[in-house]
Amino acid sequence: MKKNSLESFAPFAVEMKGIRKAFGGCVASRDIHLQVKAGSIHAIVGENGAGKSTAMKMLYGMLKPDAGEIWIRGEKRRWRSPQDAIRAGIGMVHQHFMLAGPYSVLENIILGDEPRLALGWIDRKAAREKLEALSARYKLTLPWDQEVAALGVGMQQRIEIIKLLYRNASILILDEPTAVLTPQETAELFVQLRRLRDEGKTVLLITHKLKEVLELSDEVTVFRGGEVVGHRLTQNTNADDLATLMVGRKVNLRAEVPPPPQLGEAVLQVPELGFEVRAGEIVGIAGVEGNGQSELLAGLPRGFAGFIPEDRHREGLLLDRPVSESFVLGHQRRKPYGHRFCGIWMLDRAAIETEYARAAEEYDIRPRSPQVNARDLSGGNQQKVIFAREMGLRGGKAPELLVAAQPTRGVDVGAIELIHARMIQVRNEGTGVLLVSSELEEVMALSDRILVIYGGKIVARFARGEADEHKIGFYMGGGVA
Amino acid sequence: MTGSEILELGGSTARVSTPLLFAALGGWVSERSGVINIALEGLMLVGAFAAASCAHVTGSPWMGALGGMMAGAALAGVYAFTVIPLRANQVVAGTAINMLAAGITPLLGAYLFDSTSGTPSLPASARFHSAPIWIGVAVVGLGWVWTRYTRTGLWVRFAGENPEALDAAGVRVARVRWVAVLVSGALAGMGGSSLSIFLASSFSRDMTAGRGFMALAALIFGKWKPVPAALACLLFGFFDALQIRLQGLSFGNGLPIPVQFIQVLPYAVTILVLAGFVGKSSAPKALGM
Repeated sequence: MKKNSLESFAPFAVEMKGIRKAFGGCVASRDIHLQVKAGSIHAIVGENGAGKSTAMKMLYGMLKPDAGEIWIRGEKRRWRSPQDAIRAGIGMVHQHFMLAGPYSVLENIILGDEPRLALGWIDRKAAREKLEALSARYKLTLPWDQEVAALGVGMQQRIEIIKLLYRNASILILDEPTAVLTPQETAELFVQLRRLRDEGKTVLLITHKLKEVLELSDEVTVFRGGEVVGHRLTQNTNADDLATLMVGRKVNLRAEVPPPPQLGEAVLQVPELGFEVRAGEIVGIAGVEGNGQSELLAGLPRGFAGFIPEDRHREGLLLDRPVSESFVLGHQRRKPYGHRFCGIWMLDRAAIETEYARAAEEYDIRPRSPQVNARDLSGGNQQKVIFAREMGLRGGKAPELLVAAQPTRGVDVGAIELIHARMIQVRNEGTGVLLVSSELEEVMALSDRILVIYGGKIVARFARGEADEHKIGFYMGGGVA
Repeated sequence: MTGSEILELGGSTARVSTPLLFAALGGWVSERSGVINIALEGLMLVGAFAAASCAHVTGSPWMGALGGMMAGAALAGVYAFTVIPLRANQVVAGTAINMLAAGITPLLGAYLFDSTSGTPSLPASARFHSAPIWIGVAVVGLGWVWTRYTRTGLWVRFAGENPEALDAAGVRVARVRWVAVLVSGALAGMGGSSLSIFLASSFSRDMTAGRGFMALAALIFGKWKPVPAALACLLFGFFDALQIRLQGLSFGNGLPIPVQFIQVLPYAVTILVLAGFVGKSSAPKALGM
């Protein structure tokens, strides 16, 4: 480990040089170059599968690069495990929190680094003093003796951040930290992250939300297809520029949504929650996950409606069967997918594959082959298969009602564009659409009416453009006017 | 019932609860670390055999107990090897361990003592008289303090609840589980020892008679917590003691109640308790994974 003391400028907090990583034959990272200034907030953006998580896992020692170098504060380092990275002052907040619900906040924080007395006895007093000092310095307070399960997601995330500070991390990696937060919690997190930066910490923020990048970061590095395709100072860029870099072509970020042509009759009524969906409108349900959305979806009538399930792997696809089977799933007893033979319904594979080929062309599903297993498609392409199934093929007519739950979760920007365009298109053709999404931006962009769900009830209703995200976020967080 | 009879029943409850208590504590350590331990039955059985053999050879109950614990730990090592590095299904591997124990004890008996049905009878000087009861109570207290106040105890709890978090914190989950399973084996072995050299005066074939499973039931009934699990052991022990007392009882017309009906009592209570009173979701989250 040599120090390049000749350099007059402060070394980068993190530098990755020519990093490469392959899994089997599949190259996840090729020639990654990344430079992160100390004391900055650096956003890492890219679509799902762009290789940003892989790169961060290598930085954190969870994966070993096949080639290339990692430099931390001007020193070349090599990790054998995350432990080495932690010792070098790198910490990571994972998307899934590493917490044990029944145990106290304090226990969760000190785990693995417990101050101790004789016989392995944990010195709780010393632990508490250290935490109090940290919490005073960074203005992050927590109920140390509460059990973690009793705390909200925002608080749990705060535990994860304090965990890193407790281990003296100076480089903090956060993987999609806002995915589970309300807008208010997000705003609070951003305040905390800025404070950490101002105290000299370096923050790496993995995200796909461009708005957050622009709001929070100092610099941005964009990943696409396992490579770094661009680096920008945040002040010199904008959402369109970043989106173009991410996708590799010009993207229309804001789908133009013309006003609904004409409202028809109610196609769905949910008296328990006091709302209905009429033909030709998109009704969006906004809310933090776990506030009754799943229950609402479970209670809806299926059959006549097109249905995009929340969890496409469990409810939408036959993962280990050819994708053309997923494509007819639930509609298989319909012509032209088969015919009756001696009273038994026989599937007609050739016809199914022909129909699938048509849909694959129309929805740009890649690869086009009807024989690949559904599991081997990307999230976006899987979702397109489900969309094609649910939207088009009832005699070529869109369904009266389309229920779309988290339609763009884990889906790349290109597919999001297509899916949003399709939803607007069917609305214009007279389909009633119920959109349930925890992505507030999506709900706000698409919905003609927005209903906010909290604690199993609709707590607020807005027409398009009537409320901004702060107002909606206020109700999502359970706020009472 | 007279006062002395009640006292006697109480003493007898404490005695017959002791093997259950050790085994349940063994199960508790293992399951808290995330490893299902259906093998308790087999671990107890080899412990009982080894304890009776060692006590026979050395003439000391303490050496017997040591032998029992070591045998339990050794067999638990086999179990740990199949389920931790080799990731075998824990229920299947545990069942296999039970079958192995049921087979290997008479085999060793034939080899060592020329008998497949048990070990030679021990003189009073080679048996325990009350020590296991007190050791058992002490171990419950120690176990409680250990998991609550020490770092290794904390690790065991996290290993069963969120092993990823423990791993991310730099503690090797596999190592924690190995130790937990070995300790579990030693405790179950001690449970077996208290069967063969405390309650009885020799090992007899299949003498555990489901007590390993009953200990597991006590653990579940006690929601995977040491003190409630110990109380559950006392409950089962009470019905076992009661069962012993009730033997020889007659129906109103003087016809004796078949002894099998009476012997079934503690097992029936186990089923009733498990079916009736256990809520869910109190198990360690990562149990069996």
